[in-house]
Amino acid sequence: MPIRIDFWGIPWEWAHLLIYVTVIGAGVVMLVRFYLQARLWWKAGQVKLCWDRPLLRLWRVIQYAGIQTRVLEQKYPGVMHIAIAGSFFIFFLGTAFAVLNTRIYEPIFGDVFLKGGIYLFYEVVLDLFVPVFLLGFALAGYRRWVVKPKRLTLEPKFTWMLILLLAIVVTGTLVEAYRLALQKPDWAPWSPVGYLISLLLPSGDAAEAGLYSVYYFLYGFHPLLVVAAFILLPSTPLLHVFTTPINIFFSDPARPVGQLAAIPADKEGLPIYSRTLCNLTWSQLLNGDACTECGRCQDACPAYAAGQPLNPKQVILGVRDVLRRDAPALDCSKPDKAPELVGEAGLTEEILWSCTSCGACVAECPVLIEHIGAIVDLRRYLVSEGRLDAMAQDALNNLGRYGNSFGQSERARAKWAQAFEPKIKDARKEPVEYLWFVGDYASYNPALTDITAKTAEVLQRAGVDFGILYEGERNAGNDVRRVGEEGLFEMLVEKNSMAFAKSEFKAIVTTDPHSYNTLKNEYPSDAIGGRPVLHYAELLDQLIASGKLRLTKKLGYKITYHDPCYLGRYNNVYDAPRRVIEATGCEIVEMPRCRKHALCCGAGGGRIWMEEGEMKERPSESRIKEAVALEGVQVFVVACPKDTTMYRDAVKTTGHEDRLVVKDLIELVYEAL
Amino acid sequence: MNQDIFVLVEHLRGQVADITYVALAQAQSLAVETGGKVIAILFGGNAVELSKNLAADIVLHVESPVLAEYTCDAYAGALTGLIKEKSPRAVLVGDTTIGAEVAGVLSARLGMPLISNCVSVKGGRFSAKICGGKMMVEGELPAEPVLVAMVPGGFKVEQGQAAKAPEIKTSPVPDLSGVRVTFKRYVEPESGDIDITTQRILVGVGRGLQNGDNLELAEELAEALGGAVCASRPVVDQGWLPTTRLVGKSGKAVKPKLYLALGISGAPEHTETITGSEMIIAVNTDPAAPIFNLARYGAEVDMLDLMPALSEAVRKAKGG
Amino acid sequence: MKIVVPVQLVPDLVEELVVDKSGKALDLDTVRWIISEPDDHAIEQAILMKEKDGGEVIVLAPDFEGADDVLFAAAAKGADRLVKITGDFEGGLNAHALARALHPLVKDMNPDLVLTGVQTHNGLDGPVGALLAEYLQIPYIGYVSNVSVQGNKALVSKDYPGGLKAEMEVSLPAALGISSAESAPRYVPISKIRMVMKTSKVEDQDVGDLDPSGAAVVTRMSPPESAERATMITGKVDDVAVKIVAIIQEQGLL
Repeated sequence: MPIRIDFWGIPWEWAHLLIYVTVIGAGVVMLVRFYLQARLWWKAGQVKLCWDRPLLRLWRVIQYAGIQTRVLEQKYPGVMHIAIAGSFFIFFLGTAFAVLNTRIYEPIFGDVFLKGGIYLFYEVVLDLFVPVFLLGFALAGYRRWVVKPKRLTLEPKFTWMLILLLAIVVTGTLVEAYRLALQKPDWAPWSPVGYLISLLLPSGDAAEAGLYSVYYFLYGFHPLLVVAAFILLPSTPLLHVFTTPINIFFSDPARPVGQLAAIPADKEGLPIYSRTLCNLTWSQLLNGDACTECGRCQDACPAYAAGQPLNPKQVILGVRDVLRRDAPALDCSKPDKAPELVGEAGLTEEILWSCTSCGACVAECPVLIEHIGAIVDLRRYLVSEGRLDAMAQDALNNLGRYGNSFGQSERARAKWAQAFEPKIKDARKEPVEYLWFVGDYASYNPALTDITAKTAEVLQRAGVDFGILYEGERNAGNDVRRVGEEGLFEMLVEKNSMAFAKSEFKAIVTTDPHSYNTLKNEYPSDAIGGRPVLHYAELLDQLIASGKLRLTKKLGYKITYHDPCYLGRYNNVYDAPRRVIEATGCEIVEMPRCRKHALCCGAGGGRIWMEEGEMKERPSESRIKEAVALEGVQVFVVACPKDTTMYRDAVKTTGHEDRLVVKDLIELVYEAL
Repeated sequence: MNQDIFVLVEHLRGQVADITYVALAQAQSLAVETGGKVIAILFGGNAVELSKNLAADIVLHVESPVLAEYTCDAYAGALTGLIKEKSPRAVLVGDTTIGAEVAGVLSARLGMPLISNCVSVKGGRFSAKICGGKMMVEGELPAEPVLVAMVPGGFKVEQGQAAKAPEIKTSPVPDLSGVRVTFKRYVEPESGDIDITTQRILVGVGRGLQNGDNLELAEELAEALGGAVCASRPVVDQGWLPTTRLVGKSGKAVKPKLYLALGISGAPEHTETITGSEMIIAVNTDPAAPIFNLARYGAEVDMLDLMPALSEAVRKAKGG
Repeated sequence: MKIVVPVQLVPDLVEELVVDKSGKALDLDTVRWIISEPDDHAIEQAILMKEKDGGEVIVLAPDFEGADDVLFAAAAKGADRLVKITGDFEGGLNAHALARALHPLVKDMNPDLVLTGVQTHNGLDGPVGALLAEYLQIPYIGYVSNVSVQGNKALVSKDYPGGLKAEMEVSLPAALGISSAESAPRYVPISKIRMVMKTSKVEDQDVGDLDPSGAAVVTRMSPPESAERATMITGKVDDVAVKIVAIIQEQGLL
């Protein structure tokens, strides 16, 4: 009868006790050390524990930490990690079941459960995960020591970690192999790996003494390695085994990606700015410890690719490094005495202002770290101190005074509509079905008003009942918020909300994905009143599908489509614009970095209002080069006014005016009418 | 009061300011109407050198160590006595960093009305330009003795210059013991840069530049044309160009053969210093920009788009 | 160190300027008032000096629309007292009237320094700073871009054309016409201004009837004649470029 014999070949009770005590003791040490590290999060940070909807949060932990869906989005590192993590999870379960079997089940039920078929299944599974682990190890080793991708932190501690894990698995397998060689049970082949190795070991009575020596040695050495691993774990990157599930559990399941967290307020209702470590929230500090240094955010970041100093990975690790360095001695009851966070550990002002808020880092992160949240929080502090460059100040002053970043009178906002026949309805004066929120760039930029007029014409031809707010509209505030001027954002929201309140409409449609994002995700619910907020691509899609908008021509262009950050990655609108393009009879050739992986044009996060700074290659230029590499593609289609501006410039500066033309989606539709 | 016209001579380090000649030209025109004389008031300096081409009937020179270098306190103090003594019909100054404050102090001290930003006085009426050049104002010249601060535009510098030097009379030194300001020293502007006043072709950039990074487009254009880049106040305030490149009231006056005004609105502080240009071509996206009232040619396009296109066209034309 | 900063509000030139029915003044319905830029620099200079050497900064503004915003923004930057001057401004508020109205108020405050913007773009009767200085019987220096106080004297940097500057020493109390502060006016976040609106108070000071004598009477106001308007070159950017090159060639400058 196949049965698991606990501590086979080790009859001495003291040995069993020693092993249990040391391993459990090491486990306790690990937990204590983990606690001491975790304690820093609430010693330094603002504590606000939210665990509403615990089941949903648990499901997210299973998804992201268990099944590891995000990790698997990249095949090589995904398989590699699942192999290592999964196999260790199985090994851990194996040991846990073994202890359960002997120490709990048997005393209670008088019998073991690891016998017969169950036991054989147990052995097979455990053994098969050894080659799985070895595969993972091989993939990891090759990657880290041969390929050496830049995004990894190529430091010895990772190497030692891998070797320790290998040693644990190898010694464990060898223990089994030696046991099988000595025990020689009938069911040995059910542990295929151990069995095959045992066949290679010397057999016969003469070898037995030698085999036992090695067996005893390995039997002590293997748990010793585990003890070492436990004790060291909190100082190694393996800490993420604890911190990532916690990070995922406490990440807000309800807040949409396109919504920034509000500024926390103190007891008197005054905003808390992130001047010091003490002003960060505990979960922001946890973010630092949860980071596995995988570097996917770094690879995805357009600013980093452009040669700017920003590296989202270093921002998070910077927070972690400051936490570990300063938090132990920090007295957060006296926050004024604590040192300023900006300027520490690479969190310089230049770095913080380089972010375009494109969201690629957040979308890539396997453990749900919020890089943008941290950057915006630090920006909020800088803005509260007036520490921003002159151009950004000008833009904010203009937004505050005139409601647009161009510094033009608010009365000039609808100048583009003045000559329009038939006159566009004034949504402030008469009820409309669709309130068309035009946005700053489409209204004020003289190079773009052409496209705005075409949009109006297309809507009219489709018989859409729409109106605009004329001079009542203000910048929606999306990028103002991401620059960190929360007060100005609130003021703009108030003004727009007042205009909405005075109007009657059933839905809002926007030209600009930035306005779309903030109206949809950040405006107070009583301002929008539960009414749908659409981007014009979505509206066009609906109109074409319902037949209200008829396209008579097939344009036949070969085009590539650029997913705007705030439409695609932030709000998952990928297919509607593509359907519209196809309806105009164009062929879509996708760029390698498309959909969720689209490369930001570089204008977001207020960057378009700031000094450009030093750059190796503008993100917009890199994108155009990507498009030009697609054979036969003549048109670069965009769905955002800022994209139009940035990419038209980039086409000129890269000298591809003869090769590629930048068109807004509406221009295709207009042509196909 | 008599019908004479005083003109305060503004001079710095041996140079008479252009605006003084403009004021003299205005004074001559006004004197014809009033029947009085044009009296240039000169404080300190080398009287013979400075007066040599002033279009005045008489130069009243006051010499005193306190007046060796300009201070408002000293000039206003000295002028107070002269005005009280001679009671002229009008006192003309430049609406400048010197004239404006002297006139202000005198207006309050002597209760004389003051007209600023004045372009011209004629037939008992004055005209002035305000609001960044966007508004013209006309009014009546007060009947009593009046202070007028002049800006360029009504008269040419040449009209205030005479071939023959006027008679110089020395005026006794007034009591300047109450002067509360002491001149310490001059501080030179940053040097080591080109002198825009000697350039034949200037590419002037204004607020329309939007970003210091766009400066290279202007430099490229200037290079293609064989000229230099200069700027209006907003560009220098942002630090994109040093003050040595500033064209305007607080900067330099230029007289190139060609002045390209790109993204410059045309506020008087700037335009009054480029009127000496032989040809001005203005580019601005705002059709109502006052610069178009001064330029010979204009285009309503974005300077950021035009600069590279123009550089290219220039290179082509030069055979490059 | 007590610094008094009288500021003025002027028409915002971003907006279209319209002459009213009388043909003599701006149409007050369409005018949007904004702080005069040199006055903004004066406030900044005062705050910088307060931050360096301590003291009190008092800001005064006439009661135009938007005056409260201007005063609260100054408070958010660090101004200590906010005074709004109320009265009958129907006929307009020229520099002489304002200076006379300010005179008794400022005299009572007994400041060490009066900082004010060196000019306003819509001024027709001289710099307020110079007039006020004379009424207060204190010296005035205009076009100042740098101030440092040593004891009972101030060392200032006066701007001349061409980037030249002159250093002058003046005994306090004195009035200075600021052309630009040592650094650009700082940005004040809206949240700070809103906070300050709750904690700061604006003192109203009524000055009764104004005495505007000292200025000339305006008989007509109009946009400048575009008789000499430029010959416009039309077309797209590339066409314009080619045409400009042709013009330059004609001039023999290419």
